[in-house]
Amino acid sequence: MNASIKRSAFRPVWLVLALLFLLAGCEKIDNPFIKKGGFKDARSIMIEFAGAPDASWVSDPANFKVFQKNNPDVLLPVKQVDVGPDKKTVFLKFGEDLDLKLAHTVSMASIPSEGKDMGASFLDVKKSYFGYLFSILIGAMLINNYVFTKYLGLCVFIGTSRKKSTAVGMGVTFTIVIVISAMISWFLYQFVLKPYRLDFLQVVTFIGLVSLTVQAVDTILRKVNPALFKAFGVYLVLVIANCVIIAVPLTLASAEYNAAESFMLALGAGGGFLLALFLMASSRERLELANVPPTYRGLPIAFVATGLFALAFMGFSGMAIF
Amino acid sequence: MAATKKTNSQLVLDGIFLENPIFRLALSMCPAVGLTTSIKNGLLLGTAVLFVQVFSSCTIAAIKNFIHPRIRIPTYTLTIATWVTVIDLVLAAYVPDAYKQVGLFVKLIVAFAIITMRLEMFACKNSVSASWWDGIGMGFGFMFGMVTIGFVRELLGSGMLLGYDVLGFKPLLFFVLPAAGFFCVGIMMAMFNYVEVVYNRRKESKS
Repeated sequence: MNASIKRSAFRPVWLVLALLFLLAGCEKIDNPFIKKGGFKDARSIMIEFAGAPDASWVSDPANFKVFQKNNPDVLLPVKQVDVGPDKKTVFLKFGEDLDLKLAHTVSMASIPSEGKDMGASFLDVKKSYFGYLFSILIGAMLINNYVFTKYLGLCVFIGTSRKKSTAVGMGVTFTIVIVISAMISWFLYQFVLKPYRLDFLQVVTFIGLVSLTVQAVDTILRKVNPALFKAFGVYLVLVIANCVIIAVPLTLASAEYNAAESFMLALGAGGGFLLALFLMASSRERLELANVPPTYRGLPIAFVATGLFALAFMGFSGMAIF
Repeated sequence: MAATKKTNSQLVLDGIFLENPIFRLALSMCPAVGLTTSIKNGLLLGTAVLFVQVFSSCTIAAIKNFIHPRIRIPTYTLTIATWVTVIDLVLAAYVPDAYKQVGLFVKLIVAFAIITMRLEMFACKNSVSASWWDGIGMGFGFMFGMVTIGFVRELLGSGMLLGYDVLGFKPLLFFVLPAAGFFCVGIMMAMFNYVEVVYNRRKESKS
């Protein structure tokens, strides 16, 4: 009996592992002669072959046509091709930095190897998808923090950052609402607005959706968990007055993110807002005790403090993860 | 609250100075920080806000008797969203270059607290013509705030005014950075407070 409990406890682990394998295995390479391809650094792509391709073919950069996958008309010029010591690995060097966020395609017409033609290949080179998702999350949270680097949601930010408890309540409520509303608006945009060419209704749809979500969360929370509602209910109304909540769906629509990426961006935006609120509330609690000049008391000093935070957050700019 | 007794010119002047949306009411701060690196941006967004404020005020004032009090907030939101869509499309069509810089913020006007607040406090209780003038006052007040901050930041940050090189050098590059927007707004609010303090002190010493 003990064993069966153990086995059932392990089942989720197996499921997750299987899922990971599935996701890892979905990267298909169309030619069996190519083992793998990937970015080596910002200016080079590495391709590993199963055998050694002919040296004369490899050394000619014109044999490799590289372009961004979503933009196949613009060829990126390959400056130079280096061959690794085992003759099976090839490094394509570029004169300019590649945009590592995007998938790139290396097109090779007929690869000759030891007198045989190994066929053509379109090799997709991209970064690991989980890393990419994670970088969206961190990007929205720290690098492009909606409060400190995009200056959105300031009314609510200044209004609710007087006390730590208020700040946490507002931040958590906001994160929940933004994730729900961003996912619904992503769905609506991708499957209703875009196919029927109703893009111009974006603003009306998204703001309507946000109010509906807030109302729905309000009603559900009141019935399901009255204690939680007592703690967070007050902040729900304020959520609508926050521009981040409408900026995120607009960003999702213009960046054409898919469901997982949208979820990560919304979570990052919410988390970033929570982080900003908490930082600000901590420093404003200290400011209460400080001796501030009378004309600066209240809002002005809060703005100056926010400016200092914004300066600190500029340190994150240019940070690249994965 | 009964209908306002102020004259039209008073409504406009109040909007610009006494009830200035940015410095006095401290509402819709996001564009005041984010978009004030130049006067031009401030003017463009100011025009958009003026348009939306005036027309949604008038719309709400005209249909105020048909709105059920319980659904008034959604009605306001949808009215604003409609007018925002109109100005968004118009700007995108006629000034595409400038629109690229302020585009996101024009769409975000829909979430600006100032417009909803004016509808709730003023337009739903007053006549169409009074709402028209109140909207103009608020719109110009917003534009005034944006242009003042934009003036300081553009002059100090890039040494230019309205895109023309005035100083010939860049005094403080820091002012075009995003963080400086916060400092600028904070310092200007403090200045407005200071003026108020001095004004009150004089009044007291006279009486």
